[in-house]
Amino acid sequence: MSRPEDLAPPEVFYNESESSKYTTNTRVQHIQAKMTLRALELLNLEKSSFILDVGCGSGLSGEILSEDNHVWCGMDISPDMLQQGLEREVDGDIMLQDMGQGIPFRAGSFDAAISISAIQWLCNADTSYNDPKQRLMRFFNTLFGCLKKNGKFVAQFYPKDDSQTDQILQASKIAGFSGGLVVDNPESKKNRKYYLVLTSGSGSSDI
Amino acid sequence: MKFLTTNFLKCSVKSCDISNDSFPLKYNGETCKIEQTPLDTVTTTNPADGSDIDEEYINYEFLLGIIDRLDWNAVLEVAQDLGNTSLPASKPSLTMDGDFNETSADHNTMINNNKALLRDLQILLMQTNIVEGDMKCKNCGHVYYIKNGIPNLLLPPHLA
Ligand SMILES: [Zn+2]
Repeated sequence: MSRPEDLAPPEVFYNESESSKYTTNTRVQHIQAKMTLRALELLNLEKSSFILDVGCGSGLSGEILSEDNHVWCGMDISPDMLQQGLEREVDGDIMLQDMGQGIPFRAGSFDAAISISAIQWLCNADTSYNDPKQRLMRFFNTLFGCLKKNGKFVAQFYPKDDSQTDQILQASKIAGFSGGLVVDNPESKKNRKYYLVLTSGSGSSDI
Repeated sequence: MKFLTTNFLKCSVKSCDISNDSFPLKYNGETCKIEQTPLDTVTTTNPADGSDIDEEYINYEFLLGIIDRLDWNAVLEVAQDLGNTSLPASKPSLTMDGDFNETSADHNTMINNNKALLRDLQILLMQTNIVEGDMKCKNCGHVYYIKNGIPNLLLPPHLA
């Protein structure tokens, strides 16, 4: 299967028919739910929190946050995905945004942030003005700023290769995050899942 | 978009990062359409006779956690943009009962002592939505639009 990241930019790839296919596909729903639950486990939040969902899509992950009484804001670049979210009446606030342009929230807004299957898109250069390096830095710098001190960011993502993982990790470190990578099912090529687990502010990391 | 979000959302433009005027955004009272969603209800069982009681759902835990983070001046400013000038001039403070700490008993006392205030905050922050309209950055003047409750924060290439 080809990677959607290699076909077209996300707002083009997740058009109306792809968005509805993606959202109503029970296998996709199941996998997304499982990864969101795992991300929540890695976040280890003690109480109802204010959470940012980067690349929220149609709100599949957000619904799981809502079930735990968290309040969330979700950003996505695909209007069709957000439309699906509207139709499913998700509880979170959803907004049309490009994570590579930065996270437009004031300092210390969120207790935590999650992202499911999205941040690998930052490594793509779709247009002449899209410089992946700059977009990664803008993303991590602004994300760092809008998290509370010692706030966590957990992102499941699909790296194309090791160099992409390194590129993402490095940008997060430069922005000031500590933490690293958690790989689930490392022995299985098919079920292997990558989670970036970061904490804003220094302090020792527990991974 | 919930009123809550207006208390955190700022301009996306990079050159506005260092400006104090990029937050809060200036909401256009002429175009902004507000909708208030009723409080959800949760059904619990009456311990006395086992009957159902419908109670308003208020996310106490979330509200207790967010109150310190609210920028009350921004709350007042945006409320005024949207035509509400009846909010208290300073952030209402929670009534503490002795030394508040995180034990659950104290937590419940805290909630019980502040029920009316937390209900008001739930309605203002969580049940009040801007469904249509626009808002502008006071620093760079860029206008962002809200349609069907979804703000469009995408920047044109020359501002990105
Ligand atoms: Zn601006």
